[in-house]
Amino acid sequence: MTQVHVTTTVNGDEVEFLADPRETLLDCLRDKVGMTGAKEGCGTGDCGACSVTLDGRLVCSCLVLGVEAEGKDIGTIEGMADGDDLHPLQAKFIEYAALQCGICTPGILVATEALLKKSPDPSEEEVRYWLAGNLCRCTGYDKIIRAVLDTARDLREGV
Amino acid sequence: MKYHTPATFEDAVGIAANATGVTRFLAGGTDVLVQLRADIVTPDDLIDVKHIPGVRDMTQNPDGSWTIGVAVAGAEMTENPALIADWPGVVEGMDLIGSTQVQGRATLTGNLCNGSPAGDAVPGMIAAGASVSVTGPDGSREVAVEDIPTGPGRTSLAKGEMVTAVHLPARGQNGGDAYLRFIPRTEMDIAVVGCAVNLRVDGDTITEARVALGAVAPTARLVEDAATALIGSKLDDAALEALAAAASAACNPIDDKRGTIEFRTHVAGVLAQRAAKIAYARARGEK
Ligand SMILES: Cc1cc2nc3c(=O)[nH]c(=O)nc-3n(C[C@H](O)[C@H](O)[C@H](O)COP(=O)(O)OP(=O)(O)OC[C@H]3O[C@@H](n4cnc5c(N)ncnc54)[C@H](O)[C@@H]3O)c2cc1C
Ligand code: FES
Ligand code: FES
Repeated sequence: MTQVHVTTTVNGDEVEFLADPRETLLDCLRDKVGMTGAKEGCGTGDCGACSVTLDGRLVCSCLVLGVEAEGKDIGTIEGMADGDDLHPLQAKFIEYAALQCGICTPGILVATEALLKKSPDPSEEEVRYWLAGNLCRCTGYDKIIRAVLDTARDLREGV
Repeated sequence: MKYHTPATFEDAVGIAANATGVTRFLAGGTDVLVQLRADIVTPDDLIDVKHIPGVRDMTQNPDGSWTIGVAVAGAEMTENPALIADWPGVVEGMDLIGSTQVQGRATLTGNLCNGSPAGDAVPGMIAAGASVSVTGPDGSREVAVEDIPTGPGRTSLAKGEMVTAVHLPARGQNGGDAYLRFIPRTEMDIAVVGCAVNLRVDGDTITEARVALGAVAPTARLVEDAATALIGSKLDDAALEALAAAASAACNPIDDKRGTIEFRTHVAGVLAQRAAKIAYARARGEK
């Protein structure tokens, strides 16, 4: 199978890789770019563990082809912390123990960061619907929801 | 699999018309990639429509009608207040598809052309009286949305033909539409029954109506008897009963663990009544 040369931007840095057109963006990120933060839970768009942003829009990277990333701007969990300084959502997830095994966590963090950019003061219902496509088998969701609402409050109040 | 990124519809049609193997168009990919990864359909030629200029545009035309590009994602529709004001039912059907992540990619055109009888965006488009522009090697035509699906996974598009835009009519005065579906969960599930109602009122009286059902027959379908039950009425109990009876009578559903024939047939009537009440309230400006 002929490989296609793809040039794209990941977390602000230019990245190049060769992709078989059938390969997903998730596989390309993990196996070619070496960014293993996005996880594969299902590979069919159901679990959200592979969530990334594509030109600012939240998507499942398992449902995007690597070749579609040409010229795009991709955001992954690796771009969330500022060096050693965790993003407020990351810090709050640890404080609330909003993760156990952690498989769902990168996807949920990327998804909730996108939510708070769009909607800085979300209701609990809004957070729950926004995360309907992010499955977690460990936490029972409640800690995640509270961590997100609390982070949103902190960010609004400039804490 | 060859991946193509044509810059014009003519080129896209040319590739599709000359292809000898399995061909798919790639809009949001939320059906194409699932089928590819499950080894259900591995296209020999995959034609990405997203590099064609204008496919991401949603345009309100001078006559009030809307033209929606074939790569406009659901999330973009739900961020368009003017479109929601005109066609809330069409937008809510699209918005029910999948999760936030799926919304970031899924399109009206993909939902239609995938040909699922349960596609949530399809009944709303049919009730609205939407049409699509179809272009192929022999030229272009306008096709009513209800004439696109012909059976589960099948459409009336000929080899080499593709949809180039979706058209929603001008909303006009005193109109309203609504879409409801039944699923066993609250999110992320396939419709057991879907129903869209679009109507216009003059005072309290319904003067025009279109009713469409999804997931209860091999294709989404327009139910003319259900519309007849509404037209001329003030949505009184007798009209609602006639509406439910007509909707149920139009059902020819599958029987599975998610919904028996009897259940789907009954729920079609119930959803038609509820959707009609919402559309009626919207038409009367009671949002
Ligand atoms: C997790 C998940 C949940 C989902 N939930 C729902 C749901 O609740 N309700 C629902 O209805 N669907 C659901 N879907 C299915 C899917 O998201 C929708 O059908 C979506 O609208 C498809 O649009 P797309 O742009 O992604 O299509 P694509 O996958 O890009 O294409 C779908 C089909 O349309 C054809 N096509 C695309 N563009 C054109 C064109 N311009 N001309 C001709 N043919 C074309 C393709 O060849 C292909 O056969 C879900 C999918 C996932 C992964
Ligand atoms: S791995 Fe992409 S949604 Fe599950
Ligand atoms: S922490 Fe284990 S799946 Fe969410």
